[in-house]
Amino acid sequence: MSDPALKTKAVRDASADEIEVLTFEIGGETFALEAAIVREILDLLPETIVPGSRPFVNAVINFRGKVIPLADIRVAMGMPAAAATIDSRIVVVELDLDGTPSLVGLRTDRVNEVATLSKAGGEPPPRVGLRWPPQFIECLIHREGAFIIFPDLRTIFSSKGRASQPD
Amino acid sequence: MSNPDPADIFRIEAAELLEQMEQGLLDLEHRLDDRTLVDAVFRALHTLKGSGAMFGFDRLAAFTHHCETAFDRVRKGQAEATPALVSAVLEARDHMRALVEDPSGDHAAEERYLLERLQAAVSGAVAAPMASVADAPAKTATPTAPTTWRIRFGLPENTFVNGTNPLSFLDELRAMGECRVVLDRSTLPPLEQLDPTALYLAWDVTLTTDRSRADIEDVFLFVMDDMALEIEAPSDGAPLPEVAPPVLSDIDAPARAAAAEPPPERPEPEAAARPVADAADPKLRRKVESVRVPAERLDELMDRVGELVIVQSRLQQIAATSSDIGLRTVSEEMERLCSELRVTMMVLRMVPVATLFDRYRRLVHDLQRDTGKKIELSTDGESTEMDKTVIERLADPLVHLVRNAADHGLENGEARRAAGKPEAGSIRLSARQTGGEVIISVTDDGRGIDRARVRAKAEAAGLIQPGATIADQDLLQLIFQPGFSTASSVTNLSGRGVGMDVVKKAIESLHGSIDLASRPGEGSTVSLRIPLTLAIIDGLLVRVGEGRYVIPLPAVEECIELSQEEDLRSRGRAFLSLRDTLVPFIRLRELFATGTRPDPYQKMVVVSTGEERVGLIVDQIIGHHQTVIKSMSKLHDDVTTFSGATILGDGSVALILDVANLVSLGQEQEAQLRAIA
Repeated sequence: MSDPALKTKAVRDASADEIEVLTFEIGGETFALEAAIVREILDLLPETIVPGSRPFVNAVINFRGKVIPLADIRVAMGMPAAAATIDSRIVVVELDLDGTPSLVGLRTDRVNEVATLSKAGGEPPPRVGLRWPPQFIECLIHREGAFIIFPDLRTIFSSKGRASQPD
Repeated sequence: MSNPDPADIFRIEAAELLEQMEQGLLDLEHRLDDRTLVDAVFRALHTLKGSGAMFGFDRLAAFTHHCETAFDRVRKGQAEATPALVSAVLEARDHMRALVEDPSGDHAAEERYLLERLQAAVSGAVAAPMASVADAPAKTATPTAPTTWRIRFGLPENTFVNGTNPLSFLDELRAMGECRVVLDRSTLPPLEQLDPTALYLAWDVTLTTDRSRADIEDVFLFVMDDMALEIEAPSDGAPLPEVAPPVLSDIDAPARAAAAEPPPERPEPEAAARPVADAADPKLRRKVESVRVPAERLDELMDRVGELVIVQSRLQQIAATSSDIGLRTVSEEMERLCSELRVTMMVLRMVPVATLFDRYRRLVHDLQRDTGKKIELSTDGESTEMDKTVIERLADPLVHLVRNAADHGLENGEARRAAGKPEAGSIRLSARQTGGEVIISVTDDGRGIDRARVRAKAEAAGLIQPGATIADQDLLQLIFQPGFSTASSVTNLSGRGVGMDVVKKAIESLHGSIDLASRPGEGSTVSLRIPLTLAIIDGLLVRVGEGRYVIPLPAVEECIELSQEEDLRSRGRAFLSLRDTLVPFIRLRELFATGTRPDPYQKMVVVSTGEERVGLIVDQIIGHHQTVIKSMSKLHDDVTTFSGATILGDGSVALILDVANLVSLGQEQEAQLRAIA
């Protein structure tokens, strides 16, 4: 019996628009992901660059004996590069990629907290005035005078950015 | 973990039974009067029917019942096993499988047809039942005069767990004739040790009947493997000595049975000799126990072992810098255990190729019918073990090869006689292990590959220049080109020009290779060289820039040093002359855009797939590395340079180079440069 599954169900049942999320920071912005898909939060690990891969998934790491890709939302969103800090963490999430459940690590600058948010208060990304590709954002949620960004991981991972690879 | 669906459990069991049934039937085809085979098939049918009904597969049970009835008659000597019956039941077996997989589908028409066939086969067989009895008097003899048999049987203690009721055997025996039953309670433990659910009793029965020994054995057919059974024939018709007081004509009187004296003339020495006889009987030999485990759990275990190895190597590093002798000892012990654990893990995934070869017996059976050719299939080296995943992925390519051999390779009966060959063509499947590879070959003794036709075809398809000189091996390899088929007539078996190139692709995806040998008029051999396992390969660990990469060792031909002068001289072109042949090469540093300076002592690793070679320029060769292959994520599907990844001793990840891809990259590069020049 897996607890997370039960929990997710309970959360969904309680209220369709209240969700439990993990918030984290990248490039000074606050992002959030549904807590149910988060598997683990890791300190930085040795990374292995995969030459020829799309720039925002340019490395793999050893996560408990499995080789999993390491994705960088910063690169996908076109944010300026920054060096890792003592607060940097890798958030491992489980996603369904083309029907296969896959683990993916995400580079973050800092992991904040697990919070309950109401998705009903979310707004679709504005068409103009946004620094990031709007299709990569599922919604923006207002909270304490700031925006929390809900990235659309599925769209990000299935997106272009095929590196120039001679093949 | 949720409980598995009972229907799924049944499906697994049914698959096994159907497999046994098929093997039994195929064997029976060659040895029609082999009683043990008839029994084996009957048992499989019977169990399938029984379990099918139990799990709600009613149509399966009903359908199987007809086949069971037919085989029951054979078993009882009322009918004869005929090739028609065997082949009807074989077809019925396929239908049973369909019923297992899709119990609710519409099978009515198919069922009717199969039952008609079965009926026809059965009535054909009944015509000669007397002959069969006369043919095999020793086995199914029916003595007309009543004989007195002495039967002693004991059942295992867990009999009740399986739902067997010993009284039913006694009832069946009683139905055969006059019967006296004596209870043997000599193994009954004292009351305080008695397990009320266990069976401790044995029986001693004197039966006067006109039935044969085989009939008596049949009573115990389904428990025979686990029980102790002794049937003593009367010695030359002399009446058996009285076994027991005739008081005990009824087993339902246990109190009286308990009070009865043990039979005084019980032949003790013989009873003592029984275990020896049991051991000699292959049926009673202890079965090798096996456990069915889902493949994912094995993979999980493999991951855990991988993690353990990493932790161990960290421990080793700490121990190496410590002066604590105790810690060092523990670390060394850990290292030994870890490597043993890894070896054990590898072995867990191995299965004998017999599981693969067995499938082709049925294929050959069907091919004989479809081609009208007589074909003998022989196999050898079935005990060679390979990774289960590899075996699964070899199944289809081998079907193509066997079909090709039967359809194109073997001549028909007349042509064979004319060529002075035995009428039945032979196809031979063999497996043997050499080092880290298994060689599986399919050999036929047919007409061999017609070089002239291959050449004509290749010229017509524009694969080679008309009249070009081409080495024999290269010419033969042309049949692996897509769309190539020398058969002028397209049959429904093969000859559609798909096949050989599919085989080649499949084998290459297994990191294997194909060799082809053929002598005109004498036959052909296709040999597949396959690595033992996909989960682990021997690799050469190299460094390019700051990254470490693994090159599969079987692909490596040689490693040579690339001096600085030579490196400079080769700038601008991508060839090196290696013993008078030009080898295209790829600077991995440039391909991977490492942005580092070349190492002063670069090395070139020459890799090949079959005939094509390419040199890979690396900064350093680190050494040999046993590589546990991890697949890459879907997110890296677009990266074709790597076939997987592996975890090194220090826990970091190294990528495994996809040699086939790099070679074709090198070839392209070569073609481009030639075009420019």
